[in-house]
Amino acid sequence: MTRWPRAVRALHPVAWWVWALALAAAASRTLNPLLLGAIIAVAALVVAARRADTPWAASFRAFLVLGTVVLGVRLIFEVLFGAPIPGTTVFTLPELTLPGWMAGARLGGAVTLEALVAALYSGLQLVAILACVGAANSLANPTRLLKSVPGALYEVGVAVVVALTLIPSALTHLQLVREARRLRGRPTSGVRSSARMATAVLTGALERSLALAAAMDSRGFGRLNELAPRTRRITATLTATGLGILCVGGYGLLDASTSALTAALLIAIGVALALAGLHRANRRAVRTVYRPDPWRWPETITVASGLTATAVYTAVAVASPSVMLPSTSPLTWPTLPLLPLIATLLAAAPAWIAPPVRGIDETQDEQRPSDVTPVEAPKPVAA
Amino acid sequence: MITFDRATLTYPETTAPTLRDVTLEIPEGELALVVGRTGCGKSSLLRLVNGLAPTFTGGALAGRVIVDGRDTRDHPPRELADVVGVVLQDPRHGFVSEIVEDEIAYGMESLGLPPAVMRRRVEESLDLLGLNDVRSRALRTLSGGQQQRAAIASVLAQHPRVLVLDEPTSALDPGAAEEVLAAIQRLVHDLGLTVLMAEHRLERVVQFADRIVHVHSDGQVTDGLPVAVMADAPVAPPVVELGRWARWEPLPLTVRDARRFAGPLRATLSALPADTSTARSDATVLPPGPPVVTVSGLRVQYGSRTALSDVDLHIQSGEIVAVMGRNGAGKSTLLRALVGLTDAASGKVRVCGEDPAALDGSALTAVVGMVPQDPGDLLWNESVRAELVESSDPDLSARTFAELAPGVDPATHPRDLSEGQRLALALAVVLSATAPVLLLDEPTRGLDYPTKHRLSALLRRRAAAGDVVIVATHDVELAADLATRTVVVAEGEIVTDGPTRDVVMASPQFAPQVSKVLAPVPLLTLADVRAVLPEAL
Repeated sequence: MTRWPRAVRALHPVAWWVWALALAAAASRTLNPLLLGAIIAVAALVVAARRADTPWAASFRAFLVLGTVVLGVRLIFEVLFGAPIPGTTVFTLPELTLPGWMAGARLGGAVTLEALVAALYSGLQLVAILACVGAANSLANPTRLLKSVPGALYEVGVAVVVALTLIPSALTHLQLVREARRLRGRPTSGVRSSARMATAVLTGALERSLALAAAMDSRGFGRLNELAPRTRRITATLTATGLGILCVGGYGLLDASTSALTAALLIAIGVALALAGLHRANRRAVRTVYRPDPWRWPETITVASGLTATAVYTAVAVASPSVMLPSTSPLTWPTLPLLPLIATLLAAAPAWIAPPVRGIDETQDEQRPSDVTPVEAPKPVAA
Repeated sequence: MITFDRATLTYPETTAPTLRDVTLEIPEGELALVVGRTGCGKSSLLRLVNGLAPTFTGGALAGRVIVDGRDTRDHPPRELADVVGVVLQDPRHGFVSEIVEDEIAYGMESLGLPPAVMRRRVEESLDLLGLNDVRSRALRTLSGGQQQRAAIASVLAQHPRVLVLDEPTSALDPGAAEEVLAAIQRLVHDLGLTVLMAEHRLERVVQFADRIVHVHSDGQVTDGLPVAVMADAPVAPPVVELGRWARWEPLPLTVRDARRFAGPLRATLSALPADTSTARSDATVLPPGPPVVTVSGLRVQYGSRTALSDVDLHIQSGEIVAVMGRNGAGKSTLLRALVGLTDAASGKVRVCGEDPAALDGSALTAVVGMVPQDPGDLLWNESVRAELVESSDPDLSARTFAELAPGVDPATHPRDLSEGQRLALALAVVLSATAPVLLLDEPTRGLDYPTKHRLSALLRRRAAAGDVVIVATHDVELAADLATRTVVVAEGEIVTDGPTRDVVMASPQFAPQVSKVLAPVPLLTLADVRAVLPEAL
């Protein structure tokens, strides 16, 4: 994408996640289908430009599929159970009147264009948020992300990553078990053999986990400095309180009814407390990080482009809500506001700013025969 | 450096201790080789060194094991990580990261080394084990030899003072094994590293050993200088067997030493009439017959990678074929194609006139039997007895198992068997079926020499009855002992196909020890020598 040669490296995974979550937060501030479409397009563009050849890179597609399903379900629910909104009736389903004690709920009935459009908008918002999370998933390497996890949380992080790799490794093992059953002339379908294969896969997963635990332990995983119990308690309290406040603040930011200022304040306090706790806890861990991902200007610009979008969307939503939340009753044609559009386009900057990665096509050559050991000239046997 | 002080290890639910009253002292800077019969407790002895046994295996340890002044009872494995580096039998199960470079750095991160030191040591380790080309590759895409080297590199980067290796070359082709052993020897010589290594293929390692630790089948452990232990150990490499038979003193441990003694023997053998000295190959050349296994124009693709191309192979009844070649050359793929586990992109595979990919269930097992590379996959029952009962012929499989791995409690869970015993069980189960074609992928991992000889005899009996045996192996001694014909695969293509004697004699890499000692006399094994010369000189 760039004309001048640039070093191939992966952008800091934390930068990707901040960028993506900031974009998701922006999406949560609007129901304008044009802006939501722009956000999805930006996420797709950046993924296409900066996705590496990794197993998790394909997850963006999976998230889009999930988003489409969510949108479909949202529309179906609206048709079947939606509260009646007066307006242009598109079609009418046979209506089921519910008993009096369930008054207010209804099944079927007239489906209006207004109701459908409202459902479409809110479904589209979910798709946009899912697209942002999917982008982060496919752009950021989870094991590199683990390196950025504070030392105090490292063990928890390892548990999460091991759990995530359990499914793919179990699938590989299932294939081996199927092959083995075939070699011994046993059926590979049917209830009984499925049960036996499931048992084999589960015991295999347990055995591998044990072997992994032994390997990690014998290589020094979990070596800790001794610390006084009082220090440990303070650390735990600080971290837990901080994370709790952070959650409340995050909810406030996503929930349009809380003031943005309160939410931002809560988030700031939560982050500060959690960081203080983690900083204290880090003294306990002896771990160091090999080749930590550097934080350079592309990281800063990536994060800034995402946060700008959040800020602009939040400000415009306060200043002119009619633009960000276009009316569906009465039905109006949504307008495309200039300022949020520019902010959204700016959020596409990482597609150019982020350093290039080893693309999917470029690694094809390397998947050649896995052994490159040259044929050795005969060596005299050492005496 | 390593002190065993009356150490006795007893696993739960067993009556007798696995290791009994072990008293052993390994000084700093020594390379000690652990030898013993299959399933005698070599791996347990190695696991004791950093406390993996009994911490992760269960069981009880009496006595003490002290490494660099630290008692393993007071220090869990992680507290010993800066002193002891351990590479267990299957390196794949020990990988913690995705990428080679990260895996090498992992242990150092746990130890909390400064980043600058880590950077330097990663580069050093990559160079030391020749992994620089694959540093950014995913570990699971590497070949077996590369994985083994990556496992050793990742442990060495921690700069342990003791290195514990369990069968470090069993998965490697002869060339890769030489590389790994040369690297280890360099560390012993240059850095004063103490190495404790268990290995069944003594022909590859015995010359590097300063001391041999012999684990007896009853759990007793003795140690001594290699020459002294090799004089009467039940496991000995072919060159030692030859030396014992010819009563050479002092006993030669290497081909080079043996050649110094072998002059008179070579002269005697050369003086024999030509037809006597080639008796073996004459006996094994079969009259041409209809092929049982036919492969024509076979090509196999894994994604964009060609695993096999243009493979033509015709094997007739009674042949024993060894498939050899580098790690990742396509040996296993060929075997998998013959049993229909891997689909052909083009070409034709016929076994007894049938396409194995189209067969299923008992129709498949009636034609072809296979022991895959990881024999544990074939075993899914709760006990050895249950596995044997589920086989096609319980009586036959029980007899075979008792022959290959004597003295195993039939109630043992297959998981608790040693690597070699598990292989023996898989072999017993597969060999009990009457399939006319047998495919064995690396069937000697973890098997000692006497067991290998018994397996060879068993397979020869099957071949004499008209069955086809195809063995993919790195074990040149097995190929020399067993195979009538050898096929060498490289980069997915067959590069050599001919009588075993011609193929292995032409290649120093594939030549067995006895033929190296006796060259140019065309004899491959001690059995060959004894067949033409019943009495030693």
